[in-house]
Amino acid sequence: MNIPTDLKYTESHEWVRREADGSLTVGITEYAQDALGDIVFVELPQVGKEFTAGMDAAVVESVKAASDIYAPVAGTVTAVNQPVADAPDSINQDAYGAWLFKLAPSDAAAYDKLLDADAYGKTTDH
Amino acid sequence: MTLKATPLNSAHRALGAKMVDFGGWDMPVNYGSQIEEHNAVRGDAGMFDVSHMCVVEVRGANTRSFLRHLLANNVDKLQVPGKALYSCMLNPEGGVIDDLIVYFLAEDWFRIVVNAGTADKDVAWMNAQNAATGSGVTITQRRDGNDPIALIAVQGPNARAKVWQVLPTTQAATESIKPFNAAIVPDTAFGEAMVARTGYTGEDGFEIGVPATQAEALWNALLAAGVKPAGLGARDTLRLEAGMNLYGQDMDDGVNPLDAGLAWTIDLVSERDFIGKAALQAKGQQAQFVGLILREKGGILRAHQKVVAASGLEGEITSGTFSPSMQQAIALARVPMDVAVGDTVHVIIRDKQLAASVVKLPFVRNGKVLAA
Repeated sequence: MNIPTDLKYTESHEWVRREADGSLTVGITEYAQDALGDIVFVELPQVGKEFTAGMDAAVVESVKAASDIYAPVAGTVTAVNQPVADAPDSINQDAYGAWLFKLAPSDAAAYDKLLDADAYGKTTDH
Repeated sequence: MTLKATPLNSAHRALGAKMVDFGGWDMPVNYGSQIEEHNAVRGDAGMFDVSHMCVVEVRGANTRSFLRHLLANNVDKLQVPGKALYSCMLNPEGGVIDDLIVYFLAEDWFRIVVNAGTADKDVAWMNAQNAATGSGVTITQRRDGNDPIALIAVQGPNARAKVWQVLPTTQAATESIKPFNAAIVPDTAFGEAMVARTGYTGEDGFEIGVPATQAEALWNALLAAGVKPAGLGARDTLRLEAGMNLYGQDMDDGVNPLDAGLAWTIDLVSERDFIGKAALQAKGQQAQFVGLILREKGGILRAHQKVVAASGLEGEITSGTFSPSMQQAIALARVPMDVAVGDTVHVIIRDKQLAASVVKLPFVRNGKVLAA
């Protein structure tokens, strides 16, 4: 399964990309979309909402299960990807392209503590 | 704990199926996209390995009278060999031990198909009732042990035509049978085949029983004929759209079948006595079983979500999903008696109360959306 090396990850299967301006883009991994199956509903947070690390930030539902998506680090939502909410199956088609929300992190260093591709890959090995 | 496997286990894995533990069985939940598999059944032909379900033979001179007492539906409706009946098997308190299909093959031979997870419980119950009534029938399960029968359900508007392509010697015997009828055809290319015009999808099709040793060959022949493999994920969205109950979810040992939409399968009117009759007559119906369509965005309808009627009385969703054919969240629900078709109720999903319409079942039949 594809785990891009230029991204960071959480154990709860979110991927995170740091942009040039320091903001963080968040989505769910290919492993997660595969485990969920056909995704049919996405609920995104409000722009401006503040999260602590690990708080429920979004919901992704497939036909068989509802899955909470967590804020990978503390921060404030600066943008959400409405087209993905309108076409939930785009997450199945391109998990790393179908980002869910962007955060302005409250602590820039928190990103470095996330899992790298190798470490995340080990958590998904069975 | 090792999971149980059907004769088609390697066939599923060869197709790249995503396998899951389904009540102790290693079963395919999908082969890629359960939505695509669902659509293939509604529009063309798909097939399910249902060999985890169990064929039970009941034989002997007293078989008919034994089953008249054992089953809530009346086997006297079965007078033409091959005719089948959907019935519940109740306990003395009127709760549902299982739902099943019974086929009349001969006066001394009825064949019953029961659910996978309840087979052992069902056979033990039947043996106990056989002893208690002194009926002297023989009860033989055909799934585990000697001479097992494997079951493949081929469903969809093109299903029967594909089955006849692969099993041409069954066409003459099955071309004119009506729904809920079956024929047993000896000496097909895959051994003796039982071909039943039954199913769990709301589409036309055949459920086929062959010797387990022939299952993989039959599966591969159907694949070559263009039938699409479909897993348990699609099976659930199809049966829910078709308004069909799932044992263990929509009803169980502790549920009154009159509250689970099954009154039509229970004959309380004739003087025939059967296990559970007195209890149901005493209880009557205390809840309605309806379809729900979610009308507000906010999630997917799922089992155990609370339903709040306009009166404030509460019910519960027993089965819910996202309907591929309707592109909406739908559910089966047990609701208070004062709720009517056409009403708006509210379903509690996470922290919201979302509006849903109460509709008559089924949602979809023969490829057509009926509820909207």
